[in-house]
Amino acid sequence: MSVAPRDPVGLEVPVESGFRWEYAPAPEARSIVRLRERYDHWIGGRWVAPASGERYESIDPSTEEPLAEVARGSAEDVDRAVLAAREAFGPWSRLPGAERGKVLFRVSRLIQERSREFAVLESMDGGKPIRESRDVDLPLVAAHFFYYAGWADKLPYAFPGRTVRPLGVAGQIVPWNFPLLMAAWKIAPALATGNTVVLKPAETTPLTALLLAEVLEAAGVPPGVVNIVTGFGDAGAALVRHPGVDKIAFTGSTAVGKEIQRYAVARHLTLELGGKGANIVFEDAAIDQAVEGIVNGIFFNQGHVCCAGSRLLVQESVADLVLKKLERRIGTLIVGDPLDKNTDVGAVNSRAQLDRIRSLVDAGASDGATVHQPACRLPERGFWFPPTVLTGVGPSSRVVREEIFGPVLSVLTFRTPEEAVELANDTTYGLSAGVWTDKGSKVHKVLAGLRAGVVWANTFNKFDPASPFGGVRESGYGREGGRHGLAPYLEVR
Amino acid sequence: MPRLTVAKTAKMLVNGQFVRSESGRTFEAQNGLGQACLASRKDVRDAVRAARSAQPAWAARTPVNRGQVLYRLAEMLEARASGFAELISRESGLTKPRAKREVEAAVDRAVHYAGWCDKAAQVLGSVNPVSGPFFDFSVVEPIGVVAVLAPSASPLVGLVSLCLPPLAVGSTVVAVAASPMVATEFAEVVATSDLPPGSLNLLTGVKGDLAKTLVEHRDVDAIADADGDDDFRRVLVSGAADSLKRVRVWGPFDLAAWHSPSTQGLDWVEAFVEVKTVWHPVGM
Repeated sequence: MSVAPRDPVGLEVPVESGFRWEYAPAPEARSIVRLRERYDHWIGGRWVAPASGERYESIDPSTEEPLAEVARGSAEDVDRAVLAAREAFGPWSRLPGAERGKVLFRVSRLIQERSREFAVLESMDGGKPIRESRDVDLPLVAAHFFYYAGWADKLPYAFPGRTVRPLGVAGQIVPWNFPLLMAAWKIAPALATGNTVVLKPAETTPLTALLLAEVLEAAGVPPGVVNIVTGFGDAGAALVRHPGVDKIAFTGSTAVGKEIQRYAVARHLTLELGGKGANIVFEDAAIDQAVEGIVNGIFFNQGHVCCAGSRLLVQESVADLVLKKLERRIGTLIVGDPLDKNTDVGAVNSRAQLDRIRSLVDAGASDGATVHQPACRLPERGFWFPPTVLTGVGPSSRVVREEIFGPVLSVLTFRTPEEAVELANDTTYGLSAGVWTDKGSKVHKVLAGLRAGVVWANTFNKFDPASPFGGVRESGYGREGGRHGLAPYLEVR
Repeated sequence: MPRLTVAKTAKMLVNGQFVRSESGRTFEAQNGLGQACLASRKDVRDAVRAARSAQPAWAARTPVNRGQVLYRLAEMLEARASGFAELISRESGLTKPRAKREVEAAVDRAVHYAGWCDKAAQVLGSVNPVSGPFFDFSVVEPIGVVAVLAPSASPLVGLVSLCLPPLAVGSTVVAVAASPMVATEFAEVVATSDLPPGSLNLLTGVKGDLAKTLVEHRDVDAIADADGDDDFRRVLVSGAADSLKRVRVWGPFDLAAWHSPSTQGLDWVEAFVEVKTVWHPVGM
């Protein structure tokens, strides 16, 4: 790819003093995962071969080696799954809440027990560093089931004075950036509220969802309550257009979200879409902490994060300092084998995504952006993109307006808090934002003006099952997590 | 010769001004009540611009102040109760007692939502018990500009029931009224109720046509309908897809339902807020 010289923007402090910590490889064993050669759909409590007989390979993006053959879902498979979910809905929704809750508590426990296996598989199939799948994804997955399990018999307390009932069959389409976590975010509240589910995992990352099917069965989730159909966009489209589906919950790109709103048959719809989060650093921030927050905000999960802080807005008076420190910090990031416990930045999820990241960064460079990348040796095989900072960009540049969904940070500067808020809101998205300042009253003033569903003040990219998450404007609607996350799965009167 | 009474010219309310359609077009109101304004696409755009400009200041009012303004609206409605009842009876053909009940229910509804202004945030917000050293809370914020398509079953309560919930939580409204003469009268109530200009704009015309413009307008954040027609809901939802605006459809309700408390409450307010979650570390 064509990249401008990686000369650090007029830095006086040397980024590298020539010394670099060397880390011995510390790979997590892959042997804990026992993959089958081929996987079917999980429908009505059984493994069901795809009606078309078609399968595709799910690969390890860090090696491009195939991991397993997976069923390629068709409208016929989706139809079977919806039918199974419909049949299961009556008994499941009539089950006392306390019993539904107990099933979900068991799911949570079983996930904890097999958490290492899930984490390794997640990193193999999706390319994310094992440290993140082990320490972030899996604990949150288990916590999410545990949290919503407890709601199952307490729904009247969530909506005092109102009556609630489940919607029916929920069609749930999840992305490839947090494959199992997004499935948990969708399945746990749906089941706690008495709905049944047809889940469509992303085509590049189906394997942990299929392993989850084993856990659900072992935990006593009745057949048909959760059905999993793997495949591509056409399977998702079949789900969205299916008249037997009462609710669609989608997490993915804004473009696909718009298509879903256009064609969805279901009466109920929630969308968690793209973002172009502004991470605002004021001159009175704790700068070292802010730099850690910037790094976490954009390089966590290779930047494959809808709520990533992909636009750094830094106050002019500290811009040079912040950029120097940032450059130095980025020089220490370890890019490589997702299964290595030292790795900070893993593999890009797919070749298609890598191409998209490259073309947008190229567009940024030809718009006049200066591209900063640390010297890092990238593996020969697999899909890789180094941590990247773009300076010298304007508010109308494509790399500032469009979601890149990769480890690429665009930097803008501002002078006044009002200007910062205006720049932050100058986007069609509205998912996340970050504010860094040590002044409490300023935190509250600024965050009140930000059009975003989640604001992290003096922190970034924090998630919790008790905390409602979701966007405004073209980042979609509906909340996942917390008491608010129950409402999208209930009719509340 | 007996004295000629002075008839009222039907007008719309845009940005606090009583206006006729910029197109100069009118349509025949029901029951020989004269000509009503036929709002054009340009009228819709003017109204949306007014609502957008008025929104930040309206949202910045203290919640209790918004409550007082809505309560004042109830006062103004009550003061015109008998005139309203007669007009409703003439325009919509409701019996006198039903028309009277229609006005009473509208007044009560305004009082109901006046009280929500400083309570919705408390009921709909939360402090979230996250597992870590963070103070984490969720607040509700106004959705922005709401387009209201008033239902045909109830000339006044239906309109009031859709306009007041968003106003209560700091959004502003562009409404398409179903009964133009009642809407003209209601515009006068709005104009004398301390609602700031542009916060509630009232248009009259063909619902389906105006809905199309509103649903595609990128500066409208949400659209509300209460005729409960599933095909029309589909039209709204898919039309709103390109700007990803929120669509909420209630109903259908008959007049008795509109006159009962079953068509008011938190559910109606909740549809016009966005939840914002805030994280902050706790530490020394």
